[in-house]
Amino acid sequence: MTDAIAARPQEAMRLRARSFMAFVLTPVLPISHWFAQLDKWSSNSPDFFRGRPIIIDLAGSPLQVSEISQLITQLAARGIRVMALEGAEANQLDPLLPPLVQGGRTSVADQMFAGDGGANAGPRRKEPSSLLIESPIRSGQSVVFPDGDVTVLGSVSSGAEIVAGGSIHVYGALRGRAMAGSTGNTCARIFCNSNEAELLSIDGYYRTAEQIDASLRSRPTHCWLEDRVISIAALN
Amino acid sequence: MAKVLVVTSGKGGVGKTTSTAALGAALAQAGQKVAVVDFDVGLRNLDLVLGAERRVVFDLINVVQGVAKLSQALIRDKRLETLWLLPASQTRDKDALTEVGVAGVIKEMRSKFDWVICDSPAGIERGATLAMRFADAAVVVTNPEVSSVRDSDRIIGLLDSKTEKAERGEHVERHILITRYDAQRAQRGEMLNINDVLEILSTPLLGIIPESKEVLRASNIGSPVTLCNATSAPARAYLSAARRLNGDIVPMNIPTEHQRLFGRLFGRRAA
Repeated sequence: MTDAIAARPQEAMRLRARSFMAFVLTPVLPISHWFAQLDKWSSNSPDFFRGRPIIIDLAGSPLQVSEISQLITQLAARGIRVMALEGAEANQLDPLLPPLVQGGRTSVADQMFAGDGGANAGPRRKEPSSLLIESPIRSGQSVVFPDGDVTVLGSVSSGAEIVAGGSIHVYGALRGRAMAGSTGNTCARIFCNSNEAELLSIDGYYRTAEQIDASLRSRPTHCWLEDRVISIAALN
Repeated sequence: MAKVLVVTSGKGGVGKTTSTAALGAALAQAGQKVAVVDFDVGLRNLDLVLGAERRVVFDLINVVQGVAKLSQALIRDKRLETLWLLPASQTRDKDALTEVGVAGVIKEMRSKFDWVICDSPAGIERGATLAMRFADAAVVVTNPEVSSVRDSDRIIGLLDSKTEKAERGEHVERHILITRYDAQRAQRGEMLNINDVLEILSTPLLGIIPESKEVLRASNIGSPVTLCNATSAPARAYLSAARRLNGDIVPMNIPTEHQRLFGRLFGRRAA
């Protein structure tokens, strides 16, 4: 009796591209001095590099192949595993060294290196944020806050504008332009104590003063997005 | 030490130069030592309004560039011996003004006068921003109409951001001076009313100058209205405004149709 194994259909090799976040270390010459700083830094947060993908940026420090491999060995002794190199010439690298990567984009994770202490170490949840402005916003002034809500205690003058990633709250008269949900937030809303706005916009959908019903002007109003249409209603 | 005051508006033709001359003269009439500085380089007018146009030798640009000394460029008023004028250059443009140069001139003037009043050009460009740059206080001249009010609002925003004081985190003291107020037109609703203007600008009121032929007449004869006809309505309004600048508390008088009518009847009888 023989086991018959069905031949698997031939599958094409699939190559897929994905992007991941990696930390970039930039050695500074002299290397010994840089290692001293690195040791001081990692003594505050000992396990910071454990298991993290690390890329070495060599753009600022021209090193020989032997020096690069020595650098990688020294990093390995500290538990830092180098997955790739950046900023070096391809032809000056040894095939035994980690591969060269290009086209990296800076992202916020870099901020973790800005601080000195271990308190900052490890990824954190983004804090909810809002912007409070206590003075009136004058004609020609522009407040841009993509990270959350904007609250204005005074008035927003004709010719002024507020752009918020979240909602906009104006406790005075809104006479300028208000653009809420500017980063694609369709749930953002606009509230104002007196609606005399030149333009109201949520996630790019807008209404100009001309398109706002006269009965809603100069009253406390509330504005939201419903089926891609700006809806405005009086409050209370 | 002088207080540096900028008279500004954003919009042109609202009465900055007239108000600079009238307030400067009013403060000098009260015995203060006053210098008025024309920042409208290339379009100078303050010399005409003060009747000093035939005595200009050196100007602000000469002093800024170190060609002339401040004392050589200052022109003393013939009627008020505590009033001085630093004229603008008519042949240059605003690019000839440098921040360092203006800072030096203002610093020197601070030690010599009680008030340094800078007459800003219209607009929000170099001339206007340098006129307000070193100010301690500002008079924002506004006509009761929407375009003027919006421009004033823009200027107040710049006072809060572009002045040296604002950059140090201090507050530039500011006042609204409403000019060309026509009580008849206001009553007919053809002008913004005072409360609307103040509500939009949320800034304290320094005075209301009624529209008057006296103002134009004063400019034409080269004499500030507070000097050439001190009892006229605009002159009284400017004199009160100057007292308020000095810190006096003077009740605000909103010109009304009733008063005008009364004044007319009274005037006729007297004539």
